Order: sequence, then structure tokens, then C-alpha cells
Amino acid sequence: MVKKKNPVTRVLIYVLLIALTVITLTPLIWMLSSSLKLDSEVFSVPIKWIPENPQWSNYAKIWEKIPLLTFTFNSVKLTVIITIIQVITSSFAAYGFAKCKFKGRNILFLLYVATMAIPWQVYMLPQYSLMNTFHLVDTHIGYILMQSFNAFGVFLMRQAFISIPDELLEAARIDGLSEYGIYAKIALPLSKASITTLVIFTFVTIWNDYMGPMIYLNTETKKTLQLGIQMFIGQYSTEYGLVMAVSVLALIPVLVIFLIGQKQFVQGIASSGIKG
Amino acid sequence: MSGKAKAKKKGLSLVVRQNLIGYSFILPNFIGFFIFIFIPVIFSLVLSFSSWDGFNEIEFNGLNNFIDIFHDRVFVGAIWKTAYFSFFTVIFSMAASLILALLLNQKIKARGLFRCALFFPYVASVVAVSVVFNAMLQPDYGPVNEFLKFIGIANPPGWLASTDWVIPGLIIVNVWRNMGYFMIIYLAGLQNIDQSLYEAAEIDGAKGWARFWKITWPLLSPSTFFVVMMLIINSFKVFDLIYLMTQGGPGTASTMMSQYIYNQAFISWDYGKSSAAAMILFLIVALLTAFQFKAEKKFVNY
Repeated sequence: MVKKKNPVTRVLIYVLLIALTVITLTPLIWMLSSSLKLDSEVFSVPIKWIPENPQWSNYAKIWEKIPLLTFTFNSVKLTVIITIIQVITSSFAAYGFAKCKFKGRNILFLLYVATMAIPWQVYMLPQYSLMNTFHLVDTHIGYILMQSFNAFGVFLMRQAFISIPDELLEAARIDGLSEYGIYAKIALPLSKASITTLVIFTFVTIWNDYMGPMIYLNTETKKTLQLGIQMFIGQYSTEYGLVMAVSVLALIPVLVIFLIGQKQFVQGIASSGIKG
Repeated sequence: MSGKAKAKKKGLSLVVRQNLIGYSFILPNFIGFFIFIFIPVIFSLVLSFSSWDGFNEIEFNGLNNFIDIFHDRVFVGAIWKTAYFSFFTVIFSMAASLILALLLNQKIKARGLFRCALFFPYVASVVAVSVVFNAMLQPDYGPVNEFLKFIGIANPPGWLASTDWVIPGLIIVNVWRNMGYFMIIYLAGLQNIDQSLYEAAEIDGAKGWARFWKITWPLLSPSTFFVVMMLIINSFKVFDLIYLMTQGGPGTASTMMSQYIYNQAFISWDYGKSSAAAMILFLIVALLTAFQFKAEKKFVNY
């Protein structure tokens, strides 16, 4: 089935890929290398990509200087909960938008999509006063509620469900499956790649969210990892080595999620073998 | 509402049932969405026609905020800068992510590793990214300009310190951050293409470019639609990155619309003007989105 590629083409593909990857990774290599430097060495000219005497202690210091363990726990907790709520409710809504006919569907969907275009800065303030009225400011529940319902997931999943042929759903209806059954047993399994995409994107967005926790979480024990990174910037003077060390550590969970997720793309091929 | 009346006469129970099932799917998401996003948005719409500093009474002042901002050179400039920034961000991010996805959809060694490496920029915290790129793009001794000098460019750009080069610099950083993200969407789209189509094309003798333009590109159109739309939206409302990297400077050289909105609200404490600027931003993006939906109906091939 897979045809053999011309060896020259293959080499070109690898060269191109490696070049692009190196360019892409350079800033991150700088980050990694700076995480092992003293602050005075970070901006030395010319740049030393490999630190002369690696400050492994940077990675120990970050745990002592700020309650990093608590921050990490908070980040994990918030990210996991929000991702779960997001995937369930938005795929559910997306099925409604993609495959159910009801009055006002298009208008409602357009309103959803339109809100994606509104920067958070626009309604940040009204949203904050609303949360304040419910006494949800400085609580994890408040932050979860604020982040769990956005239009992006609905839009992404709708695009996936729309490509499922109606004939397939019609056949399932004739077999006596309810709409909810079709959603759970047909639509979801056929959209694994998109669900994985949504999981990865939500996870990354929440994990890296900076402004949200900054505004909503004030108590030290409720703060997240991104706020931890910021703690090394500015308070007295920026501790670049430590900023980079926390940033490198903060990358690990998202990379793990991504590595697990990207396998799903491969498995996705096998399960989406429906003929239109 | 004549349509409703007609439906009632025809077959009420079926239509009502269909509607209810539809609403039941939307509801769990919609409740949260309505309370935590819709209501605040509506409130800020009201604010755009009022004057409010956050403490005193809200006073209705008609279109004054809109008249004010269109007389503000910084705001009008911000519209053009946002358009400039967005146009190139969209084009370059889309091209880069599509090329990467096509390369990484092939059976090659270490595919997962490459995908992971290219996704890296997107997962890095924006706080860290801004610190890193401020150093990388440093005009005098930053590695980017060192490299440009090395390949023979005598006067490399001043990047973030130059009023002409600050936006191109930000575009580069933004494309760098975006491409891994949109590569994933394209990869997911490529997975959904029925492999038997390629086998059929092979029998018909279609190869290389023909294969791409006749099968891949049309069948990727839902993904392209999504990618372009998200890119337009995200680049028009870009905030964190620019705020952390340049704060709109030097001067107002990189003050985009969202930065203006933020400044009006949190520096000038003028929520009315801020909300009015936000409504203009919203209007621009909404128009572009509506236009895209029209185009989707015409060109997207499901």
C-alpha cells in the first residue's frame, strides 16, 4: 500500500525537517541553557550555548524559594478538572449544533462563534464583578467556572461531527438508537483525533494561563505554576536562571500529554475508516 | 414568526421533540457560557455607550466614546497595526503549519519526536517565551542578529527596539508560537482523509502536486477554514505576548487594539472608551468571520 519514495525526496524531507526543527528549538535551547546559568552569565556576549559551569542548584533553589509543590498541585488539579468539563460539555453541545435540527440553531451557533472573537480584556471587569457577587473570587471553583465554557471546543468538535456522513446516523436511528446513543456510540468514537486535539489544547491553555490566575487567585496556597514563574521576575530583580528553570519544569507535563496524545493521531486512522 | 405557525399546523410533536433534543445537547454548555461569558459581554456593550471610571455612577453618553476613539490617532493607528500584524501572522502561520503537517504525516523515522519538537513553542509559557525572545532579538548582541551579520547582512534590523521592525519581530515570534498548534489541526484533518482515495488516485496515475491539489487540499478545506478563522481571531485579539514583550512600544509602535483596550481600562480608568474600542474590535472580527462563513458554504468540500 505504501509506495516507496524516491531516496532523494526522502533525504530532502529529512533535511528540511531537521532544519525547521533546529530553528524552532533554538529559543528553547536558550531557555534550557539559561536555566543552568548564573544570572550574570545569562546575557553574556557572545552567547555560550553550553554553560561553563552548569548551575544544577537552580533546580533545587526553585523548590526552596517558593511553594512550588503547592503551585504544581494546584495547576494539575485545575487543568485536569477544566479539561474534563470542557471536553464533555462542548462535544455534547457540538453534536447538537452539527447533527440536530432545532429552532435558532444557526443564530445560537453564530453567537457562540462571535464570542470567540471577543478578547477577554473586554469583559474581564464585568466578569470579575459577577464572580464577586457570587463570592467566587479567589476560589478554585470560580476559576474553573470561568474557564470551562468557551466556544472554541464547541466549534472544534462541530467541525469534526459535521464530517460524519448523515447516512451513518440515519442508519443508527433506524436501528433504534436515540440521539444520545448516537452521540456516545458513533459520533464520539469517530472523532478521537479531534477529541485528542481538544484535550491537548485545553490542557495547554489552562496550564499556561497567566492572566486568569493572576486576577482570580490571590491567596498564596491557591496560586498556580505560572504565577510561580512570575514570582522570580521583578519582585526584587529578575532571576533569569530560576525563571528558566521553573519554565523548563513546567514544560514537562504538557509534553507528556502531547506525547500520549500524538499516538492517538496514528490510531485515529484505523478507527475513522468510514466510507462517505 | 410565520414559520413557527406553519410548523405547528404540520406536526407539532415531532418538531417540538426535535427542538427539545437539540436544546438538551446545547444546554449544559450553554448555561455556563451564558452566565460567565454572555452576561459580562452584554454588560460591556452597555458600557461602550456610557461613561464609567469603575467607581462613580454609570452615565449614558450615547456615541461619545466612539467619536472620541476615532479622533484618537493611537486608536486609528492601532487598527492598521493590528490588520498588518494579523495579515502576515495568518498567511505565514497557515503556510508553515500546513507544510509541517504534510511533512509529518508521512511515514518517516522519529515522527513523534519531530511532532513533539515542533509543538514545543506552543506549550512553553508565554512569560518565559517573552523573556527568551527579548534576548534572542536583542539588536546589538542577540543571537538572531549575530547570525544575520554572520551571513553577510551588515545592518540587521533593530527588531523590538525599532519602530519599523517591532511588528515584523512580533510576527516572527507569533508564527513561531502558532505553527505547532495549527500543525496539529492540519494533522487531525489529514487523518480524516480516506486513504482509499489516494489509492484510487494512484491507479488513475495522479502523483505529487496533482495528488495534493485534487485530493488533499479540497478535503482539508474544513481544517483550513478552521485554521484561518482561529488565526484571524487570535491575531486580532493578541495580547499577552505583546504586553509581555513590548507593552505596545517603542512609543506606540506596536500598540494593537487589545493593548489600547487594556490601556484605556487599566491605565486611564476609562471603561467607556475601552468598551467602545472593544466593540470596534469585535465588529471587525465578526465581519471577517461572517465573510468566512459565507465562503465556507461556497468552497468547503465536506
